[in-house]
Amino acid sequence: MPHNHDHEHSELSDIELRVRALETLLTDKGYIDPPALDALIETYETKVGPKNGAKVVAKAWADPDYRTRLMEDATAAIAELGFVGRQGEHMVAVENTDKAHNMVVCTLCSCYPWTVLGLPPVWYKSAPYRSRAVRDPRGVLAEFGVSLPEDVEIKVWDSTAEVRYLVVPERPQGTDGWSEENLADLVTRDSMIGTGLALDPAQKESAA
Amino acid sequence: MNGAQDLGGQMGFGPLELEDNEPNFHAKWEERAFALTLAMGATGTWNIDSSRFARESLPPPVYLTSSYYKIWTLGLEKLLVDNSLVSPQELDAGKPLEPSQPLARVLRAENVAATLQKGGPADRPETEPARFKLGDRVRTRRMNPEHHTRLPRYARDVVGTVETVHGVHVFPDTNARGLGEQPTWLYGIVFKGTDIWGADSDPNLTLRLDLWEPYLDLA
Repeated sequence: MPHNHDHEHSELSDIELRVRALETLLTDKGYIDPPALDALIETYETKVGPKNGAKVVAKAWADPDYRTRLMEDATAAIAELGFVGRQGEHMVAVENTDKAHNMVVCTLCSCYPWTVLGLPPVWYKSAPYRSRAVRDPRGVLAEFGVSLPEDVEIKVWDSTAEVRYLVVPERPQGTDGWSEENLADLVTRDSMIGTGLALDPAQKESAA
Repeated sequence: MNGAQDLGGQMGFGPLELEDNEPNFHAKWEERAFALTLAMGATGTWNIDSSRFARESLPPPVYLTSSYYKIWTLGLEKLLVDNSLVSPQELDAGKPLEPSQPLARVLRAENVAATLQKGGPADRPETEPARFKLGDRVRTRRMNPEHHTRLPRYARDVVGTVETVHGVHVFPDTNARGLGEQPTWLYGIVFKGTDIWGADSDPNLTLRLDLWEPYLDLA
């Protein structure tokens, strides 16, 4: 539809100009320091992301003592690996089993555990996910290609406060004796939100 | 407030739009809008609850048709004007027309890492005993405040069970309005899906929300 396309196009340049004007104004007012903006972007583009969470999950799979600490005080256990700070101040880890599957949402905005997962993907912040995750999580999971037995309890966590949730997916079969580093490659972002499962070793092969 | 942000349980938004290998940002302006919002937040002029309220105060047709970082941009403009840091005329002109206001601090590049690491913990010391304990059956309040709240509509006037006592946390309903943090006990409450969505919904669905004491009464 050419009309819609044009409309989106003009809205995009409109918002581009608006943000640029805002940055200029705030700089001229002395309220912001542009190099600090670059540093903020750089942090989330290069340092903070789902690889952090994958390390946490892999360690919990490989190290029973760490798993215990993670389940008892996730904030402290995650800090052991150096992941601390904004949007990870109050962490809780929730574990998937063959009886229960956890899935995280923020229906009211976009709360997400930045320290371990980075910034949320667009779908997580969007109306389709936020509206349906709490009412029809199995329908949402189906869109991710995940189908769970009907008798598995689906636990949906709506992040209404400053507590942030990290899902520990089930450890795939056939990974006995794997190193934490290799295990971490099986831990996807979606598996730590609860909209996916960890990759099994064969999937990892085909993805590589 | 019963704004467009309160999406839980609404219908008709269609399928999810999934994107493989999605980037953090889909355009340069999104990066800048993100960083501007964080940098202005770091000045300490407002708090996370008032910034959420600024976004959810957007008229529903605007909220629902704006991309995420556009919502952040519109929310930031509102906070700047509401807090008298810039005037609407300055926003239009894109340049200063009035003297700047003093700020508690300005975020510098060399302080970014430390500021992000420090974060903004919401827990506070206990001053009063908790009203509820693990296993208590509680009913969420039926309420429809026009101000900021973190009790979604779908979870009002429903009975659940206290599963976690998180401690004392800043109360968003007052903090968003400049009425202070008024820290109060925060609980993890578990609800049966059928108690929220009705008898014909998934019998193996449970929902968990973190809710503050003023939202709850013993059932």
